Amino acid sequence: MSMRIVIAKPGLDGHDRGAKVIARALRDAGHEVIYTGLRRKPSEIVRVVMDEDAVAVGLSTLSGAHNVLIPKVCEELISNNMGDVIVFAGGIIPESDREYLYSLGVRAIFGPGTKTSSIIDFLETISERRDSKLDVGVGEKTGWRWS
Amino acid sequence: MVLNLEQNISLAKHGNRRELARLLSIIESGKKLPVEESNQSWVLGVTGPPGVGKSTLIGVMIEEWVRRGEKVAVLAIDPSSPKSGGALLGDRMRMTSADNGESVFIRSLATRNHPGGLMPFLNPMINLLSYCGWTRIIIETVGSGQSEIRIVAFANRIMLVDGPDRGDIIQAEKAGIIELADIIVINKSDLPNADNAANSIKKSLEYSDKNNDIIVMQTSSINNNGISELIEKLDNLNVNNERNLLRVKERLISAWDHKLLSNPSLDEILLDLQSGEINLDEALQNL
Repeated sequence: MSMRIVIAKPGLDGHDRGAKVIARALRDAGHEVIYTGLRRKPSEIVRVVMDEDAVAVGLSTLSGAHNVLIPKVCEELISNNMGDVIVFAGGIIPESDREYLYSLGVRAIFGPGTKTSSIIDFLETISERRDSKLDVGVGEKTGWRWS
Repeated sequence: MVLNLEQNISLAKHGNRRELARLLSIIESGKKLPVEESNQSWVLGVTGPPGVGKSTLIGVMIEEWVRRGEKVAVLAIDPSSPKSGGALLGDRMRMTSADNGESVFIRSLATRNHPGGLMPFLNPMINLLSYCGWTRIIIETVGSGQSEIRIVAFANRIMLVDGPDRGDIIQAEKAGIIELADIIVINKSDLPNADNAANSIKKSLEYSDKNNDIIVMQTSSINNNGISELIEKLDNLNVNNERNLLRVKERLISAWDHKLLSNPSLDEILLDLQSGEINLDEALQNL
């Protein structure tokens, strides 16, 4: 199932190798990937997701500001009536910070060493969950997460 | 669903971006929307070789148009991978100034390997955007082949972009894009050789009576040179009738292609042709 997915780099973080590798892997898996480029504000990312009618957004952050930037994206998606959008994250996000992000509606966090195939599996799973009307969007009931 | 569409369209017309984005997806999925055909749309096709700065140039043009009170919508088209069917859509990362404010809307589109390309969707998308009050609609595509020419032919004004020192314009000439273009822009005029490139294009246009009203100019997106002149020229462009006819012809051909490629008995006829059971004339008859 092909999806439209935004891959975004929030905040002041110049490391985009990971994001680009992911973008390419998702394209090769048959998805349409919209890459935002570096140093985007949370509000800009939400805007891109809206205009592009994307199903999911992947946030790549290696700057350490994930606990500020990711919540802002989640909140703005919900306040813009886009709670059905799926949010996942990647980069350098310590284990101890992850529970908080999951509680905001983030459905998967991929750290260093992740195989691109597991991100593709994750996308297949969320696509199935959407089709079966199970909670998976950022504004829907939290609890389910990729593991 | 069908009952709600009119309501969705009305919401989109009144500035609801999410509805507009969704309606574009609905068009892309092949559904028809109850929006009337408009011949009042202002549509600019932008094409040119990869790497000449088309997206960046469009980014600064958007800013200038917004300053002048226009509402600008961009359809940025990139090819889908023929192997996986996926696509990497990165044009909008060069138009970052456009992700704020209500007067800009950018949508990335993949060609999706549809028979005959994006053709069946472009007109409905343009009609919808125009109906929803977007006064400047831009279609951007990499100009490297016949299918891209067909895409820009859906615009009623065409701008060809090239860089200094490239000589790709000769390729464009071969592909027949020049005959469709109203304006040729040498971008990156801050680099050496832009003058030479512009002059050699002007010279080559002089040889033909048909193309001598094509505007040739230089711009630089990084220092904003020539941008407001470019906007001025585009806003006051006289659409040349002869070129318009060529564009209409391209549109007709692409509609015809689409019809041919989506004919249900196409595969059967191809096999018959291959085995020699029928000849080309008979194949045309059967289609």
